[in-house]
Amino acid sequence: MSTMTKKKMVQWDPTDVKAELLAKYPPKVARKRAKQIMINEAEENETPEITANVRTTPGIITMRGCTYAGCKGVILGPTRDIVNITHGPIGCAFYSWLTRRNQTEAGPDGENYMPYCFSTDMQDSDIIFGGEKKLEKAIQEAYDLFHPKSIAVFATCPVGLIGDDIHTVTANMKKKFGDCNVYAFSCEGYKGVSQSAGHHIANNQVFRHVVGENDEEKAGEFKINLLGEYNIGGDGFEIDRIFDKCGITCISTFSGNSTYDQFASAHTADLNAVMCHRSINYVADMLETKYGIPWIKVNFIGAEATAKSLRKIAEYFGDQDLIDRVEKVIAEEMVAVQEAQKEVQPRTDGKTAMMFVGGSRAHHYQELFNEMGMKTIAAGYEFAHRDDYEGRDVLPNLKVDADSRNIEELVVEADETRFKPRKSDAELEALAKAGYKFQEYDGLIPDMDKGTLVIDDLNQYEAEKLVELMKPDIFCAGIKEKFSVQKLGVPLKQLHSYDSGGPYAGFKGAVNFYEEIDRLVNSKVWGYMKAPWQENPQLSATYGWE
Amino acid sequence: MAKKMRKVAIYGKGGIGKSTTTQNTVAGLAQMGRQVMVVGCDPKADSTRLLLGGLAQKSVLDTLREEGEDVELSDIRKKGYGNTWCVESGGPEPGVGCAGRGIITSINMLESLGAYEESEDLDYAFYDVLGDVVCGGFAMPIRDGKAEEIYIVCSGEMMAMYAANNICKGIVKFAQSGSVRLGGLICNSRAVDNEKEMIEELAKKLGTQMIFFVPRDNDVQRAEINRKTVLEWDDKVPQAEAYRGLAKAIDGNESFVVPTPLDIEELEKLLMEYGLMN
Repeated sequence: MSTMTKKKMVQWDPTDVKAELLAKYPPKVARKRAKQIMINEAEENETPEITANVRTTPGIITMRGCTYAGCKGVILGPTRDIVNITHGPIGCAFYSWLTRRNQTEAGPDGENYMPYCFSTDMQDSDIIFGGEKKLEKAIQEAYDLFHPKSIAVFATCPVGLIGDDIHTVTANMKKKFGDCNVYAFSCEGYKGVSQSAGHHIANNQVFRHVVGENDEEKAGEFKINLLGEYNIGGDGFEIDRIFDKCGITCISTFSGNSTYDQFASAHTADLNAVMCHRSINYVADMLETKYGIPWIKVNFIGAEATAKSLRKIAEYFGDQDLIDRVEKVIAEEMVAVQEAQKEVQPRTDGKTAMMFVGGSRAHHYQELFNEMGMKTIAAGYEFAHRDDYEGRDVLPNLKVDADSRNIEELVVEADETRFKPRKSDAELEALAKAGYKFQEYDGLIPDMDKGTLVIDDLNQYEAEKLVELMKPDIFCAGIKEKFSVQKLGVPLKQLHSYDSGGPYAGFKGAVNFYEEIDRLVNSKVWGYMKAPWQENPQLSATYGWE
Repeated sequence: MAKKMRKVAIYGKGGIGKSTTTQNTVAGLAQMGRQVMVVGCDPKADSTRLLLGGLAQKSVLDTLREEGEDVELSDIRKKGYGNTWCVESGGPEPGVGCAGRGIITSINMLESLGAYEESEDLDYAFYDVLGDVVCGGFAMPIRDGKAEEIYIVCSGEMMAMYAANNICKGIVKFAQSGSVRLGGLICNSRAVDNEKEMIEELAKKLGTQMIFFVPRDNDVQRAEINRKTVLEWDDKVPQAEAYRGLAKAIDGNESFVVPTPLDIEELEKLLMEYGLMN
């Protein structure tokens, strides 16, 4: 039998896998991890509880990132015409610079600062004597060089420790310039339990300092904001293409290929479509409370999911022309998608995947794998909260721990003059009657098969153990996991940065993804690679699944 | 054979008289012919004022900031009373930056410039450290064997004893991994009832000694207003003799221990027995 047609023989029982993952831990750690490793037994009306958004036990090599990464790297990093200055030693700025492959298009104004890396490059003496003066100089320098509309400053760990008052510095500079909005983020890396805290801090400050700054009405009939889309590998460009084709106007994207003016005008849209619930739901909630814009959950990862999301947007506006146009676009686009599916499915059907990434990606990408006939056998988030696993129904029962209390919660009220309900009560009632749901997200768990594993805050040890025990055909995570998993003979697809690929969103993205995964799961290149001691071993053996 | 330099750090509650005691003691050692370097580890940079006669000392950190890499030993240390070497670490203005990090940087700088080399022929290096050990930087002198003997200045006042006990906890921590030991308590009298007995008892409980009792005398203030140590201002007054006594005690000290800090109830009990019950 050739390798290509060999069926996988590995059988595993999720209870055994869980026991095996926990076996190496000391009792207390095992107890804690046991609550974050769940065998999915989702029933019709009940979602089992998982522990999430809690501190990682020290000593465990977590897959998580830091608060600075969440704030600067994820949320503000993809904006193109805001000068993002990292206040700190150079490493933080350098390693958060374009590593997520957020793409940009400079647009007619040509303003694009993403190819630049801005940092105050703090040295020992700046730590000792304080870095405020250096920061002031850096802001001035950036202003003199580029005259940007806006400058944002991000605090790294030492800045919080020595107490540089970055908010006063930025407020003074804003006043001094007059034509440049300058503000700061207290997003020191050590805050919170993961990068999730950084998202929240970013949401707060963007809402406080930028949203609502430009009241000018933008042209367009069906105006939405797309929240939680970061234009990695050009995802945002593909979604924009589809919106254009459907006649949907995207006022602002938070924050893929976004501009300062997009954020400033976000309150003029009529609907918020939320992609990544975890990183941006705060802004969605605040836009609704302050300006009356309702929000819905969408997903443009997966062709079916894209179609569903487009229909949801069209249904909200209730315009027959829009509804028809959307249907026409879907029908047109699905031709190529279905062709591609037909092409890859004989090779991908029945293959298995694992996904440990983000706060929504591990959920969204299951759509694409399903479309290829592949099964997700284990998945989990790095930094999600319980609502991202179990759905927003659990929100009232979430306990706010000390780590979350450390992160500011903005109190927002309806704007006296600018609050405007987008739908009348009667319209809302009609939508509800038709089964339309706002502010709804059911989370990852209900969408996964019974007996699969849902694991929060996976770590290096467990990742390797999972691969060893369950032998997936592909593992999806990030750069930190990439090479250790590939050394185990399993290909790893980065779903943070997409390696060198993408876009994977929308219809064209789906086709790209099918092709990429087909290539990865069938090329077996990593399985063929042998270390020198495997080539000439003193003892020899083969893997059970070979 | 080269003589072994003794590395001494003086700790104690803020305002207890560490800098005054240190400089007068150093003056006493200088009179005995010892070669001493004093390193002020306080951002206020006032640890060598009496030895230098009030001369504004350019701190290590200021020099480092202005001169960049190109710093000479002669830029940062000055000769004071009795041929003592005086160095101020310096640091940021109150409320900005990180003074602790400054001390780390400045001691490293002194080392790399060779201030402690055998060729300098030092008998003593004294570190005068700011108030409480508030963060890692201020513990620098007792970490990594920068200082090997600690003297804690205290008085019979509750908070001074409390601080002394806390500093002992810090010493225990670093003694486990290094060579630092407690040399004794210096009682800088505040004229509290039964002060001497109480500090002797505290010292005993801590497993150490009260190495010297410095009486309270207004001559200290008189000398200070003249920017001098008592020994330089008037060598004949009794207080000068007291400081010479302390210098001699330190010079001859052979008791170096890992202290045994008290719990708070024990400390309060001690205070009640000696201070309040009589």
